[in-house]
Amino acid sequence: MSAEAAIRAEFRGTVGKFSLDAGFTAPAKGVTALFGPSGCGKTTVLRCIAGLLRVSDGLCEIEGDVWQDRDGSFLPTHRRPLGYVFQEASLFPHLTVRRNLMFGAPRDNRGATGERVAFDEVVDLLGVAALLDRSPRHLSGGERQRVAIGRALLSQPKLLLMDEPLSALDRATKNEILPFLERLRDRLALPVVYVTHDIAEVERLADQIVLMEKGRVVAAGPLADLQSDPSLPLAMARDAAVSLNGVIESRDTHYGLLKLDVRGGQFVVPAPPARIGEHRRIRIVAGDVSLAREPPGASSILNVLPARIVSMRPVDSNEVVAVVALGPDGDGARLLSRVTRKSWDQLGLARGVSVYAQVKAVALAPGRRELD
Amino acid sequence: MSVFSLHIWPPVLLTIELATITTLLLLVIATPLAWWLARSRAWWKEVIAAVVSLPMVLPPTVLGFYLLVALGPDGPGGAIASLWGARTLAFTFTGLVIGSILASMPFVVQPIRNAFAAIGDRPLEVAATLRASPTRAFWTVALPLASPGLLSGAVLGFAHTVGEFGVILMIGGNIPGRTRVMSTAIFDFVETMQWREANILAGGMVVFAFAVILSMILIEKRVSRARA
Repeated sequence: MSAEAAIRAEFRGTVGKFSLDAGFTAPAKGVTALFGPSGCGKTTVLRCIAGLLRVSDGLCEIEGDVWQDRDGSFLPTHRRPLGYVFQEASLFPHLTVRRNLMFGAPRDNRGATGERVAFDEVVDLLGVAALLDRSPRHLSGGERQRVAIGRALLSQPKLLLMDEPLSALDRATKNEILPFLERLRDRLALPVVYVTHDIAEVERLADQIVLMEKGRVVAAGPLADLQSDPSLPLAMARDAAVSLNGVIESRDTHYGLLKLDVRGGQFVVPAPPARIGEHRRIRIVAGDVSLAREPPGASSILNVLPARIVSMRPVDSNEVVAVVALGPDGDGARLLSRVTRKSWDQLGLARGVSVYAQVKAVALAPGRRELD
Repeated sequence: MSVFSLHIWPPVLLTIELATITTLLLLVIATPLAWWLARSRAWWKEVIAAVVSLPMVLPPTVLGFYLLVALGPDGPGGAIASLWGARTLAFTFTGLVIGSILASMPFVVQPIRNAFAAIGDRPLEVAATLRASPTRAFWTVALPLASPGLLSGAVLGFAHTVGEFGVILMIGGNIPGRTRVMSTAIFDFVETMQWREANILAGGMVVFAFAVILSMILIEKRVSRARA
């Protein structure tokens, strides 16, 4: 294994009646989403990584530390430097919020190095300062989950495991917590393995994705690669989209627009003012991307980007999904475009053809699609 | 004549002493046993649970009879007694403590076991993911969460020890000042036609039993409210 594959997990065996044969490697940075339908074994894999579940044929290696090996070595959960956020917050009801937060914190706080996650930082990041002396019984679902995340972080983990941390929450609460998770990802250099069955969470949070089905790994890799792989169900779904990471290049305060640099092009996005140089992630839905052979004349569409068609796959008899790469040479980020077969044929589109990908700016407005 | 001048007090004090010592020892013995019964996956754990529960259904005289044999000069109790030069543990206060522990064990183990089982796996898994060793998780999570069960067990164990009659009579012999407790003293007072003394003791035990049951209900209520 190369140094880059710093998370390596392979588990094979039966758990109850469920047969698991899943393995993946991922870089030990950013968010790796374990994604798949309910009952596909995502949580089982996560519990195996944590050591809460033990399959005899298992291997788990995190940044060079072997947590489980095929020779039978197995580090018990409490000796693994991990944080685990369960679906239900599972706070200790007999302790205050503050003592919940400190439960896993190393006793010796002196001589703390810069890498340590500080109590004040976590409290601030998760907005739980006002709750510290309360009992978990008197918190809302969203508050509880935030405390649970803080508690996991303060145990100074080298790896954070999250098991559908939003799925027990209602829609409004999910949208309240998501920004915290995004801040977490952006501010802390902590690798996260995140289990979810909700593609919207993947699109907003994940850097890598492991696609699972029936106890097996179907595909694994960087999110953008898998999103734009027409051989996978992700790209062919009705609401297929790609997530692009961009940097704010300039802003138009008069019209409330931001201009984002992405690989191979720029997007104009309506958004509240933000600092230049900040990172932003935009989600571009395949159905919002249209293709043209010529640059359009007067049009309300603000985003018109030269691109090149990489591949195409028919969805059914009347629609096709095309993968286009941004940039005149087609070496930039990839988008999906879902168009009718009629348009495809009329424009004479084919692999390698230069096109203009068009996306309405309002289709990229943040909050246009919240979680449900 | 004042109540305090009556000779009911030695048995009352002895009863409190016996029940207190028995309850404390029971908490030490029953808690790990209840933990094991709640957590173990061994198929034979229910066999152990059944053995522990036997005193609930056995006539006290049967338990008392076997205890008498075991504590006597020819049993293991005699061997232990010989360590400090005595001949037997039967008809001694130590013997009463041992008998009470066995007779009251199921009443202590059961609520504690239920309390541990009610906690479920999750809090202990959470503790483990927060670096708590199984020992630390037991002391800082399992025990505090099960504390209402421990309290119930202690109250029930105390009350049952106070109320035990058959076993005490079989192995204690009702020796004044040494093994005569309230339940056997009542029997004695009735035998000797001391109705007034019997009345005071019996009435006291009714009040005591009522207080125990009421406090159990209140504990139960507080717990279910806290869990809601």
